[in-house]
Amino acid sequence: MTYDETTLAQLTEDAAAIIARYPVKRSALLPMLHLVQSVDGFVSPDGIQFCAEQLELTAAEVSAVATFYTQYKRRPNGEYQVGVCTNTLCAVMGGDRIWDELSEHVGVGHDETTEDGSITLERLECNAACDYAPVMMVNWEFFDNQTPESAKQVVDDLRAGKDVAPTRGPAKVCSFKEVSRVLAGFEDGRGDEDQGVGAPTLAGLEVAKEQGWTEGSK
Amino acid sequence: MTDLVPVLSATWGAEQSWTLDTYTEAGGYAPLKKALGMDPGDLVQAVKDSGLRGRGGAGFPTGMKWGFLPPDDGGPRYLVVNADESEPGTCKDIPTMLSAPHQLIEGVAITSFAIGCNHAFIYLRGEVVHVYRRLLQAVREAYEAGHLGKDIHGSGFDLDVTVHAGAGAYICGEETALLDSLEGRRGQPRLKPPFPAVAGLYARPTVVNNVESVASVPAIVDKGVEWFTAMGTERSKGMGLFSLSGHVTCPGQYEAPLGITLRELLEMAGGMRDGHELKFWTPGGSSTPIFTQEQLDTPLDYESVGAAGSMLGTRALQIFDDTTCVVRAVTRWTEFYKHESCGKCTPCREGTFWLTQILKRIEGGRGTEADIQQLLDTCDSIAGRSFCALGDGATSSIVSSVKLFREEYEAHVEQGGCPFDHSASALFEYSDTPATEEAHA
Repeated sequence: MTYDETTLAQLTEDAAAIIARYPVKRSALLPMLHLVQSVDGFVSPDGIQFCAEQLELTAAEVSAVATFYTQYKRRPNGEYQVGVCTNTLCAVMGGDRIWDELSEHVGVGHDETTEDGSITLERLECNAACDYAPVMMVNWEFFDNQTPESAKQVVDDLRAGKDVAPTRGPAKVCSFKEVSRVLAGFEDGRGDEDQGVGAPTLAGLEVAKEQGWTEGSK
Repeated sequence: MTDLVPVLSATWGAEQSWTLDTYTEAGGYAPLKKALGMDPGDLVQAVKDSGLRGRGGAGFPTGMKWGFLPPDDGGPRYLVVNADESEPGTCKDIPTMLSAPHQLIEGVAITSFAIGCNHAFIYLRGEVVHVYRRLLQAVREAYEAGHLGKDIHGSGFDLDVTVHAGAGAYICGEETALLDSLEGRRGQPRLKPPFPAVAGLYARPTVVNNVESVASVPAIVDKGVEWFTAMGTERSKGMGLFSLSGHVTCPGQYEAPLGITLRELLEMAGGMRDGHELKFWTPGGSSTPIFTQEQLDTPLDYESVGAAGSMLGTRALQIFDDTTCVVRAVTRWTEFYKHESCGKCTPCREGTFWLTQILKRIEGGRGTEADIQQLLDTCDSIAGRSFCALGDGATSSIVSSVKLFREEYEAHVEQGGCPFDHSASALFEYSDTPATEEAHA
């Protein structure tokens, strides 16, 4: 491993905190791979070695797990993972067109990263926001009801170094490494940040209010 | 007209709806205190009596699942909440956890007490980071308030809750694949039996329940079994979130008694988008056979939807209007299953690959009449022959759409391409110039 002393000490401390959450330590592997990505920006050979040593597994066992899951990246990832949902519903509602225009605009295809290392594009599978279709995700934050123009604007702003807010979520999109640390189970203090609850989430509640239907309410 | 019944969604519109304060003000955690004063066996019985059925798709009675745990042998037993919401069209658990995470945490505490679990896990898909923030925060708040931890409210009951983020794999929504994943392995389904109730997480007795099932428990404890059973139909009790998406005027979450119809829901949602008619829809996500206008009045409960040839699934109503090419829709779903097949069993791994090849050929106008039969034959080799339900689900939309819209498949073959203008289906305007192949690379 080529981690410097400070990095390795921090990683080891974080790994111990993750392992302590589980009765059996192998369960810590998925969050630890997120942790590795928070330091290296991808699942690096060093990171695999680190996880293997911490969890008393072989590097092959760790690699076998890492390659199964799409969120673990095998090459240095862009600072922003931009995914356009092209599963059926989003695709039909305009996701295919958003993808085509965005991909052409940015100049890279699926699972490719721009030369400046800022953007990795991805054709996403369903991200459980179908009532907000067409949907785009940036570092796993929701960008709802997108158009080709809005999607290109988001990416342009990110590349220009501006703060960009999702439509539902925190005040700004954090970097891939920052978000990976959250996914390792470490709070970043942004839980109370909010862009407002979207209309589709409240659609039924609004109808019930208008109609005075309250039987179910507390 | 069936009334909507906001129970889980009741507080979603409140200021800072996700905080402990908001939840407590609305009466939250009173059911936990009530439950802690009850006999665990009575709690299990109450959930059995309520008729609550798993809200994750399969519809298995929740109380019965709890009751399958073997008698206490002194070792640990676990509750694992399936929060890996990934079925295309399904978008109910994410808003629940984003807007009211404490509903789930309280449900976890009550369920754990009922089944004798001292360490519960919430397995959340990894691609929703703000939901993870809210859950981590809610668990921390609950510990601080004494709703979790040691000797909860003086009851002598201890409970730890770990919220675990997955890393992008649809198959982990399958309960045994989820358990393997939670154990730090590739998420591949296990052979059943043994069922998780007997040998689940770390080979210990385990209950795996969906978010919405667990989040429904506090209300049942609070308002009583009779309140719950007064809603719904004979064998499909209670309320559920119906998620409308697609070509409707007001897509979103509509919480209603089971048995409501799409016609009623559509009316509440402002109908189809202007100038268009309903063509086809999924009652319960992409793994459920598609319906058409014929089923507008089918009660959306487990039995009626089953009798009409599909499944209630997750009540993920994906609605497509007359501009939508059914071959395009089905091809895309099939590509999804191919991508998400875990590779463990041959029928699913190979079958979804070949289905995709054939469908893309037909959609691209290079198919033959024989390809349509080949599709059905290949589906026959997968459905009922794959290791888990993913393979079955992959065939649902194909078989049902060929049955309902065979002429559309034939039109692709005869015309050598898609007869539809895809831009007409989009929510924004653009001219339908052919997509560059490079953009799909």
